[in-house]
Amino acid sequence: MAANPMTQFNVYRIGPEIKVGAFDISFTNASLFMIISTLAILIIFNLGSKKNSLLPNKIQLLAELSYTFVSKMISDTAGLKAKPYFAFIFSLFMFVLFCNMFGMIPYTFTVTSHIIVTFVLAAFIFIGVTVIGFIKHGFGYLKLFVPSGVPAVLLPLIVVIEIISYLSRPVSLSVRLFANMMAGHTMMKVFGGFVISLGIVGGWLPLSFSVALTGLEILVAFLQAYVFAILTCIYLNDALNLHH
Amino acid sequence: MIKKIYFQSTFFSFLFSLEAFAAESGGMPQLNPEFWVSQIFWLTLTFGILYIVLSKLILPKISNNLETRKSQILENIEAAEKQREDSETKLKEYEEIISKSKLEAKNIFNQAREKALKDINAKREVLDKQIDEEISKAEKEINTLRKSAPEKINTIAIETSSDLIQKLIGAEVNNSSISAIVDDFSKRNGDKYYGN
Repeated sequence: MAANPMTQFNVYRIGPEIKVGAFDISFTNASLFMIISTLAILIIFNLGSKKNSLLPNKIQLLAELSYTFVSKMISDTAGLKAKPYFAFIFSLFMFVLFCNMFGMIPYTFTVTSHIIVTFVLAAFIFIGVTVIGFIKHGFGYLKLFVPSGVPAVLLPLIVVIEIISYLSRPVSLSVRLFANMMAGHTMMKVFGGFVISLGIVGGWLPLSFSVALTGLEILVAFLQAYVFAILTCIYLNDALNLHH
Repeated sequence: MIKKIYFQSTFFSFLFSLEAFAAESGGMPQLNPEFWVSQIFWLTLTFGILYIVLSKLILPKISNNLETRKSQILENIEAAEKQREDSETKLKEYEEIISKSKLEAKNIFNQAREKALKDINAKREVLDKQIDEEISKAEKEINTLRKSAPEKINTIAIETSSDLIQKLIGAEVNNSSISAIVDDFSKRNGDKYYGN
Protein backbone atom coordinates (compact mmCIF):
# COMPACT_ATOMS: atom_id res chain seq x y z
CA MET A 1 0.00 0.00 0.00
CA ALA A 2 2.74 2.41 0.97
CA ALA A 3 4.40 1.91 -2.39
CA ASN A 4 1.38 3.31 -4.16
CA PRO A 5 2.16 6.99 -4.67
CA MET A 6 -1.51 7.92 -4.80
CA THR A 7 -2.44 6.77 -1.30
CA GLN A 8 -1.06 10.00 0.12
CA PHE A 9 -4.01 11.79 -1.49
CA ASN A 10 -6.61 9.64 0.23
CA VAL A 11 -9.16 11.50 2.26
CA TYR A 12 -10.38 9.69 5.32
CA ARG A 13 -12.76 10.48 8.09
CA ILE A 14 -11.42 11.56 11.48
CA GLY A 15 -13.96 11.02 14.21
CA PRO A 16 -17.65 10.37 13.68
CA GLU A 17 -19.62 10.76 10.50
CA ILE A 18 -21.46 14.09 10.40
CA LYS A 19 -24.41 14.39 8.06
CA VAL A 20 -26.48 17.44 7.24
CA GLY A 21 -29.45 16.25 5.24
CA ALA A 22 -28.08 14.15 2.43
CA PHE A 23 -24.63 15.73 2.66
CA ASP A 24 -21.67 14.21 4.43
CA ILE A 25 -19.62 16.95 6.06
CA SER A 26 -17.51 14.72 8.27
CA PHE A 27 -14.26 16.00 9.68
CA THR A 28 -11.45 14.56 7.53
CA ASN A 29 -7.71 14.84 7.27
CA ALA A 30 -8.30 17.49 4.60
CA SER A 31 -10.37 19.52 7.06
CA LEU A 32 -7.65 19.04 9.66
CA PHE A 33 -4.99 20.54 7.42
CA MET A 34 -7.26 23.38 6.34
CA ILE A 35 -7.72 24.22 10.00
CA ILE A 36 -4.00 23.84 10.72
CA SER A 37 -3.11 26.17 7.84
CA THR A 38 -5.72 28.71 8.87
CA LEU A 39 -4.60 28.64 12.48
CA ALA A 40 -0.94 28.92 11.49
CA ILE A 41 -1.69 31.97 9.33
CA LEU A 42 -3.80 33.58 12.02
CA ILE A 43 -1.26 32.92 14.77
CA ILE A 44 1.70 34.17 12.76
CA PHE A 45 -0.03 37.31 11.55
CA ASN A 46 -1.60 37.99 14.91
CA LEU A 47 1.82 37.82 16.55
CA GLY A 48 3.23 39.90 13.73
CA SER A 49 0.69 42.68 14.19
CA LYS A 50 0.37 42.66 17.98
CA LYS A 51 2.76 45.39 18.98
CA ASN A 52 4.04 48.11 16.82
CA SER A 53 7.69 48.75 17.48
CA LEU A 54 9.66 51.11 15.32
CA LEU A 55 12.25 48.39 14.85
CA PRO A 56 10.18 45.29 14.04
CA ASN A 57 11.09 41.92 15.45
CA LYS A 58 11.38 38.88 13.18
CA ILE A 59 7.75 37.82 13.17
CA GLN A 60 6.54 41.39 12.73
CA LEU A 61 8.97 41.80 9.87
CA LEU A 62 7.64 38.61 8.30
CA ALA A 63 4.05 39.81 8.56
CA GLU A 64 4.86 43.26 7.22
CA LEU A 65 6.98 41.93 4.38
CA SER A 66 4.15 39.59 3.32
CA TYR A 67 1.73 42.49 3.54
CA THR A 68 3.84 44.75 1.35
CA PHE A 69 4.63 41.87 -1.02
CA VAL A 70 0.96 41.11 -1.69
CA SER A 71 0.06 44.79 -1.68
CA LYS A 72 2.72 45.51 -4.30
CA MET A 73 1.64 42.50 -6.36
CA ILE A 74 -1.95 43.77 -6.45
CA SER A 75 -1.11 47.37 -7.20
CA ASP A 76 1.30 46.29 -9.97
CA THR A 77 -1.21 44.05 -11.73
CA ALA A 78 -4.63 45.48 -10.95
CA GLY A 79 -3.91 49.06 -9.96
CA LEU A 80 -5.33 51.13 -7.14
CA LYS A 81 -8.93 50.16 -7.84
CA ALA A 82 -8.22 46.67 -6.53
CA LYS A 83 -7.57 47.92 -3.03
CA PRO A 84 -10.92 46.75 -1.58
CA TYR A 85 -10.06 43.19 -2.66
CA PHE A 86 -6.67 43.23 -0.97
CA ALA A 87 -7.82 41.26 2.07
CA PHE A 88 -9.34 38.55 -0.11
CA ILE A 89 -6.27 38.14 -2.30
CA PHE A 90 -4.02 38.23 0.74
CA SER A 91 -6.06 35.48 2.43
CA LEU A 92 -6.12 33.49 -0.79
CA PHE A 93 -2.37 33.72 -1.29
CA MET A 94 -1.61 32.87 2.32
CA PHE A 95 -4.11 30.01 2.40
CA VAL A 96 -2.76 28.38 -0.75
CA LEU A 97 0.83 29.00 0.30
CA PHE A 98 0.38 27.53 3.77
CA CYS A 99 -1.58 24.53 2.46
CA ASN A 100 1.16 23.89 -0.10
CA MET A 101 3.91 24.30 2.48
CA PHE A 102 2.26 22.10 5.10
CA GLY A 103 1.97 19.48 2.38
CA MET A 104 5.75 19.46 2.11
CA ILE A 105 6.12 17.99 5.59
CA PRO A 106 6.29 14.18 5.39
CA TYR A 107 3.11 12.28 6.37
CA THR A 108 0.97 15.36 5.99
CA PHE A 109 -1.94 15.91 3.64
CA THR A 110 -1.81 18.48 0.86
CA VAL A 111 -5.16 20.26 0.75
CA THR A 112 -4.41 21.94 -2.58
CA SER A 113 -3.67 18.64 -4.30
CA HIS A 114 -7.41 18.03 -4.53
CA ILE A 115 -9.19 19.31 -7.60
CA ILE A 116 -12.39 19.96 -5.69
CA VAL A 117 -10.64 22.40 -3.32
CA THR A 118 -8.83 24.32 -6.04
CA PHE A 119 -11.90 24.27 -8.24
CA VAL A 120 -14.10 25.74 -5.55
CA LEU A 121 -11.59 28.53 -4.99
CA ALA A 122 -11.23 29.15 -8.74
CA ALA A 123 -14.97 29.03 -9.32
CA PHE A 124 -15.55 31.48 -6.51
CA ILE A 125 -12.95 33.82 -8.03
CA PHE A 126 -14.44 33.40 -11.50
CA ILE A 127 -17.99 34.13 -10.37
CA GLY A 128 -16.85 36.98 -8.16
CA VAL A 129 -14.79 38.60 -10.90
CA THR A 130 -17.64 38.25 -13.40
CA VAL A 131 -20.11 39.80 -10.96
CA ILE A 132 -17.70 42.66 -10.23
CA GLY A 133 -17.22 43.22 -13.95
CA PHE A 134 -20.94 43.42 -14.63
CA ILE A 135 -21.51 45.70 -11.63
CA LYS A 136 -18.73 48.06 -12.70
CA HIS A 137 -19.42 48.16 -16.41
CA GLY A 138 -22.93 46.76 -16.90
CA PHE A 139 -23.34 45.06 -20.24
CA GLY A 140 -20.28 46.96 -21.39
CA TYR A 141 -18.32 44.20 -19.68
CA LEU A 142 -19.17 42.03 -22.69
CA LYS A 143 -16.77 44.22 -24.69
CA LEU A 144 -14.09 42.11 -23.02
CA PHE A 145 -14.86 39.48 -25.66
CA VAL A 146 -14.47 41.92 -28.55
CA PRO A 147 -10.82 42.95 -28.84
CA SER A 148 -10.24 46.23 -30.61
CA GLY A 149 -8.37 46.40 -33.88
CA VAL A 150 -9.51 43.03 -35.18
CA PRO A 151 -10.71 42.75 -38.80
CA ALA A 152 -14.49 42.33 -39.06
CA VAL A 153 -14.07 39.04 -40.91
CA LEU A 154 -12.22 37.48 -38.02
CA LEU A 155 -14.45 38.97 -35.35
CA PRO A 156 -16.95 36.07 -34.92
CA LEU A 157 -14.10 33.59 -34.56
CA ILE A 158 -12.20 35.82 -32.13
CA VAL A 159 -15.27 36.40 -30.00
CA VAL A 160 -15.88 32.66 -29.75
CA ILE A 161 -12.26 32.06 -28.79
CA GLU A 162 -12.39 34.84 -26.23
CA ILE A 163 -15.52 33.46 -24.66
CA ILE A 164 -14.04 29.97 -24.49
CA SER A 165 -10.83 31.31 -22.96
CA TYR A 166 -12.84 33.31 -20.43
CA LEU A 167 -14.95 30.32 -19.48
CA SER A 168 -11.91 28.08 -19.19
CA ARG A 169 -10.34 30.41 -16.63
CA PRO A 170 -11.62 28.57 -13.55
CA VAL A 171 -10.62 25.25 -15.05
CA SER A 172 -7.09 26.37 -15.94
CA LEU A 173 -6.67 28.14 -12.61
CA SER A 174 -7.77 25.15 -10.55
CA VAL A 175 -6.12 22.44 -12.65
CA ARG A 176 -2.81 24.29 -12.69
CA LEU A 177 -2.54 24.31 -8.90
CA PHE A 178 -3.99 20.86 -8.38
CA ALA A 179 -1.87 19.20 -11.10
CA ASN A 180 1.32 20.86 -9.95
CA MET A 181 0.83 19.79 -6.37
CA MET A 182 -0.28 16.28 -7.26
CA ALA A 183 2.52 15.70 -9.76
CA GLY A 184 5.18 16.99 -7.41
CA HIS A 185 4.04 14.94 -4.46
CA THR A 186 3.57 11.82 -6.57
CA MET A 187 7.05 12.23 -7.97
CA MET A 188 8.59 12.60 -4.54
CA LYS A 189 6.72 9.53 -3.38
CA VAL A 190 7.96 7.58 -6.42
CA PHE A 191 11.56 8.53 -5.72
CA GLY A 192 11.08 7.69 -2.07
CA GLY A 193 9.79 4.28 -3.16
CA PHE A 194 12.88 3.83 -5.36
CA VAL A 195 15.12 4.53 -2.38
CA ILE A 196 13.48 1.66 -0.52
CA SER A 197 13.33 -0.78 -3.42
CA LEU A 198 16.94 -0.20 -4.55
CA GLY A 199 18.17 -0.56 -0.99
CA ILE A 200 21.48 0.47 0.56
CA VAL A 201 23.42 -0.15 -2.66
CA GLY A 202 21.48 1.72 -5.30
CA GLY A 203 19.22 3.87 -3.16
CA TRP A 204 21.59 6.80 -2.90
CA LEU A 205 20.88 8.13 -6.37
CA PRO A 206 17.08 8.41 -5.97
CA LEU A 207 17.70 9.71 -2.45
CA SER A 208 19.76 12.59 -3.80
CA PHE A 209 17.09 13.19 -6.42
CA SER A 210 14.54 13.16 -3.67
CA VAL A 211 16.48 15.81 -1.74
CA ALA A 212 16.78 17.98 -4.83
CA LEU A 213 13.11 17.46 -5.62
CA THR A 214 12.15 18.56 -2.12
CA GLY A 215 13.85 21.87 -2.80
CA LEU A 216 12.18 22.13 -6.16
CA GLU A 217 8.80 21.32 -4.67
CA ILE A 218 9.17 23.99 -2.02
CA LEU A 219 9.85 26.41 -4.83
CA VAL A 220 6.83 25.09 -6.72
CA ALA A 221 4.69 25.38 -3.60
CA PHE A 222 5.54 29.06 -3.32
CA LEU A 223 5.38 29.67 -7.03
CA GLN A 224 1.96 28.09 -7.47
CA ALA A 225 0.54 30.11 -4.61
CA TYR A 226 2.01 33.21 -6.21
CA VAL A 227 0.68 32.28 -9.67
CA PHE A 228 -2.75 31.57 -8.22
CA ALA A 229 -2.84 34.95 -6.52
CA ILE A 230 -1.42 36.89 -9.44
CA LEU A 231 -3.84 35.31 -11.92
CA THR A 232 -6.66 36.32 -9.60
CA CYS A 233 -5.27 39.85 -9.70
CA ILE A 234 -5.13 39.77 -13.50
CA TYR A 235 -8.72 38.58 -13.76
CA LEU A 236 -9.70 41.27 -11.29
CA ASN A 237 -7.85 43.81 -13.38
CA ASP A 238 -9.90 42.78 -16.43
CA ALA A 239 -13.07 43.30 -14.45
CA LEU A 240 -12.01 46.63 -12.91
CA ASN A 241 -10.23 48.28 -15.82
CA LEU A 242 -11.81 47.22 -19.08
CA HIS A 243 -8.96 47.62 -21.57
CA HIS A 244 -10.42 46.26 -24.76
CA MET B 1 18.90 17.84 -16.16
CA ILE B 2 16.14 18.63 -13.70
CA LYS B 3 13.68 18.84 -16.55
CA LYS B 4 14.73 15.38 -17.71
CA ILE B 5 14.32 13.99 -14.22
CA TYR B 6 11.00 15.70 -14.01
CA PHE B 7 9.74 14.12 -17.19
CA GLN B 8 11.11 10.72 -16.33
CA SER B 9 9.58 10.81 -12.92
CA THR B 10 6.25 11.99 -14.24
CA PHE B 11 6.44 9.10 -16.63
CA PHE B 12 7.13 6.74 -13.76
CA SER B 13 4.41 8.27 -11.67
CA PHE B 14 2.10 7.88 -14.62
CA LEU B 15 3.00 4.19 -14.69
CA PHE B 16 2.41 3.94 -10.99
CA SER B 17 -0.87 5.73 -11.22
CA LEU B 18 -1.88 3.36 -13.98
CA GLU B 19 -1.01 0.59 -11.60
CA ALA B 20 -3.05 2.32 -8.98
CA PHE B 21 -5.94 2.59 -11.34
CA ALA B 22 -5.59 -1.11 -11.96
CA ALA B 23 -5.20 -1.98 -8.33
CA GLU B 24 -7.88 0.21 -6.84
CA SER B 25 -11.34 0.69 -8.06
CA GLY B 26 -11.30 4.40 -7.06
CA GLY B 27 -8.21 5.37 -9.05
CA MET B 28 -7.19 8.93 -8.25
CA PRO B 29 -8.51 9.75 -4.78
CA GLN B 30 -9.12 13.29 -6.02
CA LEU B 31 -11.83 12.07 -8.35
CA ASN B 32 -13.63 10.16 -5.67
CA PRO B 33 -16.67 12.31 -4.83
CA GLU B 34 -17.25 10.71 -1.45
CA PHE B 35 -15.76 13.62 0.53
CA TRP B 36 -16.29 16.44 -1.95
CA VAL B 37 -19.10 18.00 -0.01
CA SER B 38 -17.14 17.72 3.20
CA GLN B 39 -14.12 19.36 1.60
CA ILE B 40 -16.23 22.17 0.14
CA PHE B 41 -17.87 22.71 3.52
CA TRP B 42 -14.64 22.81 5.48
CA LEU B 43 -12.90 24.92 2.85
CA THR B 44 -15.70 27.48 2.97
CA LEU B 45 -15.66 27.46 6.74
CA THR B 46 -11.90 27.77 7.25
CA PHE B 47 -11.32 30.16 4.38
CA GLY B 48 -14.30 32.24 5.46
CA ILE B 49 -12.99 32.48 9.01
CA LEU B 50 -9.50 33.24 7.72
CA TYR B 51 -10.81 35.98 5.45
CA ILE B 52 -13.00 37.57 8.10
CA VAL B 53 -10.35 37.54 10.82
CA LEU B 54 -7.62 38.78 8.49
CA SER B 55 -9.70 41.52 6.89
CA LYS B 56 -11.39 42.74 10.07
CA LEU B 57 -8.72 42.32 12.71
CA ILE B 58 -5.22 41.62 11.51
CA LEU B 59 -4.68 43.37 8.19
CA PRO B 60 -5.93 46.78 9.40
CA LYS B 61 -3.52 46.48 12.33
CA ILE B 62 -0.59 45.68 10.05
CA SER B 63 -1.49 48.50 7.70
CA ASN B 64 -1.86 50.82 10.68
CA ASN B 65 1.52 49.71 12.00
CA LEU B 66 3.13 50.35 8.64
CA GLU B 67 1.48 53.75 8.36
CA THR B 68 2.50 54.83 11.83
CA ARG B 69 6.03 53.65 11.25
CA LYS B 70 6.16 55.52 7.97
CA SER B 71 4.83 58.70 9.52
CA GLN B 72 7.09 58.30 12.52
CA ILE B 73 10.12 57.89 10.31
CA LEU B 74 9.05 60.91 8.27
CA GLU B 75 8.56 62.90 11.46
CA ASN B 76 11.95 61.84 12.72
CA ILE B 77 13.54 62.82 9.44
CA GLU B 78 11.78 66.16 9.61
CA ALA B 79 12.88 66.68 13.18
CA ALA B 80 16.43 65.77 12.26
CA GLU B 81 16.32 68.19 9.34
CA LYS B 82 14.97 70.90 11.60
CA GLN B 83 17.65 70.27 14.17
CA ARG B 84 20.29 70.35 11.49
CA GLU B 85 18.98 73.71 10.29
CA ASP B 86 18.86 74.94 13.86
CA SER B 87 22.42 73.91 14.45
CA GLU B 88 23.45 75.57 11.21
CA THR B 89 21.83 78.84 12.19
CA LYS B 90 23.37 78.55 15.62
CA LEU B 91 26.74 77.93 14.07
CA LYS B 92 26.24 81.01 11.93
CA GLU B 93 25.24 83.02 14.98
CA TYR B 94 28.25 81.75 16.83
CA GLU B 95 30.53 82.68 13.97
CA GLU B 96 28.91 86.10 13.78
CA ILE B 97 29.38 86.60 17.48
CA ILE B 98 32.99 85.57 17.21
CA SER B 99 33.67 87.89 14.29
CA LYS B 100 31.83 90.70 16.06
CA SER B 101 33.77 90.18 19.24
CA LYS B 102 36.98 90.06 17.26
CA LEU B 103 36.08 93.39 15.69
CA GLU B 104 35.16 94.79 19.08
CA ALA B 105 38.40 93.61 20.55
CA LYS B 106 40.26 95.29 17.73
CA ASN B 107 38.31 98.49 18.30
CA ILE B 108 38.95 98.39 22.00
CA PHE B 109 42.62 97.82 21.39
CA ASN B 110 42.78 100.67 18.93
CA GLN B 111 40.92 102.99 21.29
CA ALA B 112 43.17 102.02 24.13
CA ARG B 113 46.22 102.69 22.03
CA GLU B 114 44.91 106.05 20.92
CA LYS B 115 44.03 106.97 24.46
CA ALA B 116 47.40 105.92 25.69
CA LEU B 117 49.06 107.92 22.95
CA LYS B 118 46.91 110.94 23.78
CA ASP B 119 47.72 110.63 27.47
CA ILE B 120 51.36 110.34 26.72
CA ASN B 121 51.21 113.37 24.47
CA ALA B 122 49.27 115.41 27.00
CA LYS B 123 51.65 114.51 29.78
CA ARG B 124 54.59 115.27 27.57
CA GLU B 125 53.11 118.65 26.74
CA VAL B 126 52.51 119.40 30.39
CA LEU B 127 55.99 118.29 31.23
CA ASP B 128 57.36 120.30 28.33
CA LYS B 129 55.51 123.36 29.59
CA GLN B 130 56.77 122.83 33.10
CA ILE B 131 60.25 122.38 31.84
CA ASP B 132 59.94 125.51 29.72
CA GLU B 133 58.61 127.44 32.68
CA GLU B 134 61.39 126.21 34.88
CA ILE B 135 63.90 127.08 32.23
CA SER B 136 62.45 130.56 31.77
CA LYS B 137 62.34 131.04 35.54
CA ALA B 138 65.88 129.99 35.87
CA GLU B 139 66.86 132.28 33.02
CA LYS B 140 65.03 135.17 34.70
CA GLU B 141 66.81 134.48 37.95
CA ILE B 142 70.05 134.31 36.12
CA ASN B 143 69.24 137.59 34.42
CA THR B 144 68.30 139.32 37.66
CA LEU B 145 71.36 137.89 39.27
CA ARG B 146 73.44 139.08 36.36
CA LYS B 147 71.91 142.58 36.63
CA SER B 148 72.35 142.82 40.37
CA ALA B 149 75.83 141.38 40.34
CA PRO B 150 77.75 144.59 39.34
CA GLU B 151 76.07 146.70 42.02
CA LYS B 152 76.90 144.18 44.67
CA ILE B 153 80.41 143.99 43.41
CA ASN B 154 80.54 147.75 43.58
CA THR B 155 79.37 147.92 47.17
CA ILE B 156 81.77 145.16 48.14
CA ALA B 157 84.52 146.93 46.28
CA ILE B 158 83.69 150.22 48.04
CA GLU B 159 83.69 148.58 51.45
CA THR B 160 86.88 146.66 50.88
CA SER B 161 88.59 149.64 49.36
CA SER B 162 87.54 151.90 52.28
CA ASP B 163 88.74 149.27 54.73
CA LEU B 164 91.98 148.94 52.83
CA ILE B 165 92.47 152.68 52.75
CA GLN B 166 91.80 152.94 56.46
CA LYS B 167 94.33 150.29 57.24
CA LEU B 168 96.88 151.67 54.79
CA ILE B 169 96.50 155.32 55.52
CA GLY B 170 94.81 155.16 58.83
CA ALA B 171 92.36 157.81 57.98
CA GLU B 172 88.70 157.99 57.36
CA VAL B 173 87.93 158.49 53.71
CA ASN B 174 84.73 159.80 52.45
CA ASN B 175 82.60 156.95 51.14
CA SER B 176 81.14 158.96 48.35
CA SER B 177 84.46 159.76 46.81
CA ILE B 178 85.47 156.14 46.95
CA SER B 179 82.26 155.07 45.39
CA ALA B 180 82.81 157.57 42.58
CA ILE B 181 86.18 156.06 41.89
CA VAL B 182 84.84 152.47 42.14
CA ASP B 183 82.05 153.33 39.80
CA ASP B 184 84.48 154.72 37.35
CA PHE B 185 86.60 151.55 37.58
CA SER B 186 83.77 149.22 37.48
CA LYS B 187 82.35 150.94 34.48
CA ARG B 188 85.61 150.58 32.67
CA ASN B 189 86.31 147.01 33.81
CA GLY B 190 82.67 145.94 33.79
CA ASP B 191 82.64 146.65 30.12
CA LYS B 192 85.54 144.32 29.79
CA TYR B 193 83.92 141.51 31.88
CA TYR B 194 80.46 141.60 30.50
CA GLY B 195 81.19 142.66 27.04
CA ASN B 196 79.01 145.74 27.30
